Amino acid sequence: MSLSEIVRWVTPWEPLPWLIAVFAGVAACYVRGLVRRRRARDVVSAIAFFIGLGSMYVVMQTYVDYYAQYMFFIHRGQHLILHHLGPFLIALSMPTAILAAGAPVWLNRSARFVGELPPIAFTYRVLQHPLISALLFVGLIYFWLWPAVHFTAMLSARDYWVMNLSMAVDGLLFWWFMLDPRRPGTTKTTYSVGLRIIVLWAVMPPQIVLGAYIALADHTVYDVYAVCGRAFPISPIVDQQIGGLITWIPAAMMSVVATLILLRFAFAHERNAANQAKPDARMPPPIHPGSFPT
Amino acid sequence: MSRIPLPRRLSLTIGVLALALLTGCGSDAPEYNAHDIEGVMPDLAFNLTDDDGKPLDADDFAGDITLMFFGYTNCPDICPATMARIRAALGGLNDDQRKRFDVLFVSVDPERDTPERIERFTTSFGPDFVGATGTQEQLKRLSKRYRVTYGYGEPNDNGFYLVSHSSAIFVFDPKGRVRLLVNQNESVDGLRQDLETLLDHLDDTAPAANT
Repeated sequence: MSLSEIVRWVTPWEPLPWLIAVFAGVAACYVRGLVRRRRARDVVSAIAFFIGLGSMYVVMQTYVDYYAQYMFFIHRGQHLILHHLGPFLIALSMPTAILAAGAPVWLNRSARFVGELPPIAFTYRVLQHPLISALLFVGLIYFWLWPAVHFTAMLSARDYWVMNLSMAVDGLLFWWFMLDPRRPGTTKTTYSVGLRIIVLWAVMPPQIVLGAYIALADHTVYDVYAVCGRAFPISPIVDQQIGGLITWIPAAMMSVVATLILLRFAFAHERNAANQAKPDARMPPPIHPGSFPT
Repeated sequence: MSRIPLPRRLSLTIGVLALALLTGCGSDAPEYNAHDIEGVMPDLAFNLTDDDGKPLDADDFAGDITLMFFGYTNCPDICPATMARIRAALGGLNDDQRKRFDVLFVSVDPERDTPERIERFTTSFGPDFVGATGTQEQLKRLSKRYRVTYGYGEPNDNGFYLVSHSSAIFVFDPKGRVRLLVNQNESVDGLRQDLETLLDHLDDTAPAANT
């Protein structure tokens, strides 16, 4: 790969300086936090965090975004990373403690101040309500894949970024709520494991139905890719079939993987509770918000 | 679970609000067969070279409704078919109406499409058809502005290669504002109706796109 090709790949197709700054700021805080804490058990979390953060950056601010704009199945892959994989890995790594350790004092203070403002705290609680969270998660997928909405979103520079960023933010909210390892009830948005598993399985069938509909359709559902031209020659129906499969299978599998992780949390909670009931038993280290579940 | 307050009323309120937003947008916008993309894309702007080899920009099209299409003269199917559909649709209008239209054919294959070649191609469709092309940089800037792309296939033994390009016609009003996006599967009659509807709604004041 020549230098000019590398430059072409890392250059954002549509640069959003503020977005690059946000990613850089978060990464810098995280690295600084890691260095300050110097804890060996942070390593696995750090790998998960950087794969999540890096993949979200790559699909938005490199040449990959060009292909995502002009190829349906790559667009679906982009959203799989923005809405499922990237946020999933970030939430799983529970980066709050490391980020807080690395962030400058003023940033920690203002983040805490803003987070505690009643309207913000209230909005967050509403968004993390299991029903609303599930509706948002599935609703956003359906909304942006509604053919008329999708058409405009791919044509309008503004709507395109509203679409991608809304997927990223909702993905973070959803998986943050899902993969909270703390004992249920620790915070107002830490719901019981059983309830979270119900939500995970509730969001699966609608994604399967939509993905299957797209993958099995014998007509072009999204004509915007013909309108705008494809990035490389591929049969429109094959493009659509692969895109449908990406919407269908990996997306639904995420719910299964998350269920297994939640069950692991539930066992850990129970073990801790049992150990606390018998004070003479040897205490295993409690689950720490910053630790990666192994 | 019961100690967690579930703001059920809120989810209901949000649902009702969303519904109101969705249904409340009914308006008197004209009905088109094509996609109405008013305000979705930026105004017409470009720097190209016309089929006489002279520089061409959007000002040359001010005051007329402009139909813009991306293609290449070696195109085996979509480009000649689209040009023919535009000619047929314009042919269905009366003389006064037809005078208000310009057709801009943008070749995305400047390697093979010399101004002479483009001129031969466009004049075969009529005097309102203007052909243009440009450097790769100019063409990329224009195609990116309208969020379309193009690409080149592998040349065969005779050096012939296919070019993938947008299949749509972009329609701009006399002020250069984007109005319609016409699919390749829209019929000639459908296109003619749309052009007539657009003529009737030219005075609709629309905020200029700010993107």
